[in-house]
Amino acid sequence: MQSIDEVQAALSAQGYVCGRALATVVFLSLRLGRPLFLEGEAGTGKTEIAKAIAAALGRRLIRLQCYEGLDASSAVYEWNFAAQMVAIRAAEAEGGADKDTLRRDLFSGDYLIERPLLQAMRPDAGGAPVLLIDEIDRTDEPFEAFLLEALSDFQVTIPELGTIRAPEPPIVILTSNRTREVHDALKRRCLYHWVDYPDLDRELAILAARVPEASQALSRAVVGFVQQLRTEDLFKRPGVAETIDWAKCLLALDVIELSPEVIADTLGAILKYQDDIQRLQGSEAKRILDQIAAEAAI
Amino acid sequence: MVEHAPLTLPDDPQLVTNITHFARALRVAGLPAGPGRVADAIRAVEAAGFTNRADFYHTLMACFVSRPEHRALYDQLFRLYWRDPRYLEHMMSILTPQVRGVAEDRVLRAAERRAAEALLHGVDRPAPDLPEAQDQGTEIEIDASLTMSREERLKTLDFEQMSLAEMAEAKRIIARLSLAVPPLQSRRTEAALRGTRPDWRRTMRAGLSRGGEITEFARKARRSRWPALVALCDISGSMSAYSRAVLHFLHAVANEKGAGWARVHAFTFGTRLTNITRHLAQRDVDAALKAAGAEAQDWEGGTRIGACLEGFNRDWSRRVLGQGAVVLLITDGLDRDAPDRLEAAMERLQLSARRVIWINPLLRWEGFAPKAAGIRAILPHVDTFRAGHNIAALQGLAEALSRPGDAGEKARLMRLMAER
Repeated sequence: MQSIDEVQAALSAQGYVCGRALATVVFLSLRLGRPLFLEGEAGTGKTEIAKAIAAALGRRLIRLQCYEGLDASSAVYEWNFAAQMVAIRAAEAEGGADKDTLRRDLFSGDYLIERPLLQAMRPDAGGAPVLLIDEIDRTDEPFEAFLLEALSDFQVTIPELGTIRAPEPPIVILTSNRTREVHDALKRRCLYHWVDYPDLDRELAILAARVPEASQALSRAVVGFVQQLRTEDLFKRPGVAETIDWAKCLLALDVIELSPEVIADTLGAILKYQDDIQRLQGSEAKRILDQIAAEAAI
Repeated sequence: MVEHAPLTLPDDPQLVTNITHFARALRVAGLPAGPGRVADAIRAVEAAGFTNRADFYHTLMACFVSRPEHRALYDQLFRLYWRDPRYLEHMMSILTPQVRGVAEDRVLRAAERRAAEALLHGVDRPAPDLPEAQDQGTEIEIDASLTMSREERLKTLDFEQMSLAEMAEAKRIIARLSLAVPPLQSRRTEAALRGTRPDWRRTMRAGLSRGGEITEFARKARRSRWPALVALCDISGSMSAYSRAVLHFLHAVANEKGAGWARVHAFTFGTRLTNITRHLAQRDVDAALKAAGAEAQDWEGGTRIGACLEGFNRDWSRRVLGQGAVVLLITDGLDRDAPDRLEAAMERLQLSARRVIWINPLLRWEGFAPKAAGIRAILPHVDTFRAGHNIAALQGLAEALSRPGDAGEKARLMRLMAER
């Protein structure tokens, strides 16, 4: 992709509506070959962008979901021990191969289980894959340090096999929900972008792209309500993912117009904490609806 | 990072110079814009082209900003710097003494002020000399033979009843205190002789050197890790003597060497919540607390515990309570807000933290009973309730932490509460 406009167009062809700022960093990341670090609240489309980029470029998407206690054996590679045991027993039954052959056979590619990071280093017919390292804030610092090393030279060393180097560096996208601060050393190697909640117009465009079957009036009402909800004092403000979910829910219920009753019934699709749901029950939803109506009238 | 090709600068040396200067201004304003980032920025601008002002803005932002709180500062600096090439003269003319009367009326927003300071950095304009703060209290020569008994007495003396000199000495004792922490079980493993899990990788490797004969079974066990400590310290009028001592204590805990808390976050609250974590990292305790005091502007004012805890839950809890953090709540619980609001905030706090420890200096009074509405709202939602009025009580805190089931005085007070 040769320009920022092209990136924006290619992403929107995949149903991902993005602003100029995000398109700029995606373009830079592709052009300069640097990892892209996306941070923002849950449900603002950080993971989706990786999927959209992979689809737009026709590359394979490799996803590494991070969790507490993630270690090299589940992120990079693992030997298939059960198969190795069987092979040893088989060799014994056949009358004993010599030690060196056995070792060479057992620690070969046949018994290697490749995990996401190693998969991403492998050459791919369709071009370097997109490596999505999702929710990096869930891992601990030692893994972050390991990742720092892996991302600096895109190579992995396996003692028995030697160093495996990516022929073409993968397109790396890291996401974080900011449940803790990721170390600056890692961020420094990446292009950073804070993914914010979209404004009214962009959220409408997103909804039109993702839930095209929703009528324009309903989309307007849904987005307007969610946008207003984000200004309220909530423990967890609804993300774009929630907006889309909610619109789908309302469609499934054949709702044509938002009313306080409908909102009360479907609140679970946008608010995920009991405290927040309780706040919105009763007259609160009606107040927000009235407020939107009053603003629209001006 | 990918190997960098030798840097080829764009044809426009003016632009390179400008970006370099801009980075310097960012650096002075507190953004980590090192030379590596400058080189990246130049390369990025080269890649993105220099045609559209908005693109240029986003390009530089992707290179120089790596934290959301830096965005406002970057934005201000960008506007100041790229709006007017003669920004420096411009800014200076705003801030020169001749037009002071006008300048003072203008209330600069915090980010703008910092941005302006950054741009004027290096311009020879020293700040007016402020008189050095007078040393609090006089130096006390401590007779070595008396030290122990004095220390013993000080340890049980209420912080509020200490003289200035005694307080100074108490601070020295506090600086030596530590808060031992029980480690958590991590989901990671390490090789262990008597571990409970099989370590296949090591078993196979050892077996292969004997031609596939497995004679010994390697094991691994779960590794331990350290949790983070989050302190919420009330600095309202009724708490001032204690909160100062506790902040000294937190500084000691945060700067303790060796294994301990993974991280110590500290917040102060009175009428509003302030994050002072950054300041605790300063080695000198007085400088640290001075900086913290300057940031928290609600020292010795009123209390709005409920509102402040709500703010903490909303803006910080997800970021600092993530990995099994322990919360230390230091307050007397005398709140002016509606108690049901406080109770909801406390409930949320306890649900997000692994353990909530409440330190209440009022507990030192013999006949303390949970009468105030705020106390009745908080008490059910803490795991441990302890006094924190003297050094001995702070020492006792470490013991409380090492006993997982410790509830302090909570059970007794809950009974009192039920009787009423």
